[in-house]
Amino acid sequence: MTRIPDPAPIASPSPPRVEVIAREAPRGSAAARILAIARYLRRNPQLVLGVLLLGGLLAFSLIGRLFIEAGMAQPLVGPASLPPGAEHPLGTDPQGRDILAVMVYGSWLTLRMGFLAGLIGMAAGSALGFVAGYYGGWTDRIITWLVDVLLTVPAILFLVIISAMLSTALTSFGMAMIIALLAWRRPARQVRSQILVMRNAGYVEMARLSGASVPSIIFREIAPNLMPFLISSFIIAVAAAILAGIGLEAMGLGPQNEPTLGMTIYWIMKFSAFLLGMWWILPPVLLLIILFVALYLINAGLDELANPRLRKRG
Amino acid sequence: MNYLIGLLRHVFMLLAVIWAAATLNFFLPQLAPKNPITEKLTVLGETSGISSAQIVELTAALNERFGLDRPIWERYLDYLGDIARFDFGQSISNYPARVSDLIAQAIPWTIGLMVSTTIISFVIGTLIGAWAAWRRDSVLLQAVSSMLMVFSAIPFYLIGLVLIYVFAVRLGWFPISGGYSIFSIPAPTWEFAREVLHHSVLPALSITIASIGIWAVGMRGMMVTVQGEDYMTFARARGLTNRRMFLNYGVRNAILPQVTALALFFGQIVTGAVLVEAVFGYPGMGLLLLSSITLFDYPTIYGIVFILIVTIAVSMLAVELIYPLLDPRVRR
Repeated sequence: MTRIPDPAPIASPSPPRVEVIAREAPRGSAAARILAIARYLRRNPQLVLGVLLLGGLLAFSLIGRLFIEAGMAQPLVGPASLPPGAEHPLGTDPQGRDILAVMVYGSWLTLRMGFLAGLIGMAAGSALGFVAGYYGGWTDRIITWLVDVLLTVPAILFLVIISAMLSTALTSFGMAMIIALLAWRRPARQVRSQILVMRNAGYVEMARLSGASVPSIIFREIAPNLMPFLISSFIIAVAAAILAGIGLEAMGLGPQNEPTLGMTIYWIMKFSAFLLGMWWILPPVLLLIILFVALYLINAGLDELANPRLRKRG
Repeated sequence: MNYLIGLLRHVFMLLAVIWAAATLNFFLPQLAPKNPITEKLTVLGETSGISSAQIVELTAALNERFGLDRPIWERYLDYLGDIARFDFGQSISNYPARVSDLIAQAIPWTIGLMVSTTIISFVIGTLIGAWAAWRRDSVLLQAVSSMLMVFSAIPFYLIGLVLIYVFAVRLGWFPISGGYSIFSIPAPTWEFAREVLHHSVLPALSITIASIGIWAVGMRGMMVTVQGEDYMTFARARGLTNRRMFLNYGVRNAILPQVTALALFFGQIVTGAVLVEAVFGYPGMGLLLLSSITLFDYPTIYGIVFILIVTIAVSMLAVELIYPLLDPRVRR
């Protein structure tokens, strides 16, 4: 299993169907279930690779914290612009921050920001989408219009204005909140269109006729069926939030006193690191590239899981 | 007739978006707790010996000078009038210069970079996607298209940083930053044009590499769907050439959603390009925006953001208008 998974699963010869796997092992037993999951994962290398990359990044950040103090990521812990050495494994930047420590603490800040903003955006968006799709009428028209207008506006430009106003007082938690302000739009629209389809499904009709309350219909009938879809849009929301957050930080609009990865990109430009031939540009850039690729792979893998029809296309 | 109604609806939507953007642009700073004039004068009062009574007097005078003493709705209407004439006032960091002039200088760079990279990546990406769906037995094509799709997940500017490191710092084939050499003066000569081209290779490449995949994914998916259609089976039964089936039957039908996607991706491309310009020190709107942010030059920031939003809205409208020409079914 050490071989690198084929990045083009769509090209692989048509994989066995799920039903076939289920028939091989006795149904219901825990071992059979684990076996089925393991077999499925073998056919979905994108998901596995994506989760491994993201897990690796998380582990790097969490384990790194045990060995490196937070103070190392602050300016002036070492001499400025030091090449890699025994004391600073990845060297220091022109502010005298230890690059390895910045990577460890910065990746945690980035992941936390993306997770928070994605979660809030997803929760608010799904709630609006549920309401719009389920009740219809004017409620739906107003929410849809609002989402449509706001979707045409590129989020980052508004975030630029908001964060420019708050610049000095900003923390990475505040960043997450600002990004969450606009992160609800896409989930709202997607959830709404899913609800529109499901609202008239037989089992929802049945629940309604048997007198189930609206919350009960939403949480017990509709939500479980939407789960794979909701998880997939959550990952997209997290990726979008990280994209927006790193973008803002790279413009110099991030929190000034925390070692975020995006601000490191900003310092690269600010100090003209390239002109001076500094080499510390690569670690943050590569770390971010790995993060984005991991989120992409997870999303593509989940897509395949949620839409089995995609598999046949192979 | 329906086309006309649709057109009117789109124009109305465009105006609504622009109005919403302008209004937010106006009211957001009003919500901020800080008043720029009092801030400035308080600092002045601390450093020089102006008394607080004088400060109150000065504040009132300056408020009148900038019209800040008038009711907010009056200022709002004035502001809308100014915006309609693309008048954003004067820049703070380049003081006497008007924001509209600064933007006018920067905008050709951005448009040149964006339009060329969008066209290049749209054409290449669409073709690769279509081809990858058509020739699903080609391992090379599948590998290339999957790789491009992974690249599409990476923001432009990160790819740009890697390209700078490899091709400018290590190999020295291309300049590290700038739109042209600092030693030359912009002039309409071949020499200068060649230099601009040389400087734009890496920024353009980083946008292209990252966006080809976006088009390839969409096209591949649509092409697979189209291949299952009855008219494809019929075309094959009629014995049409492979080339004709690919272009006139496959690509012709699968390309329609791509054009819609072009409208939706414009926002993404613009915001991505802003940071690419910043990374490459390319003298367009993105760099102007970045330097205005660092210098707290609010009039310039608002001006640029407004222009970018209008550009995006207009290009979306253009795509909506072109669409019926491509798809006869929508025209009716």
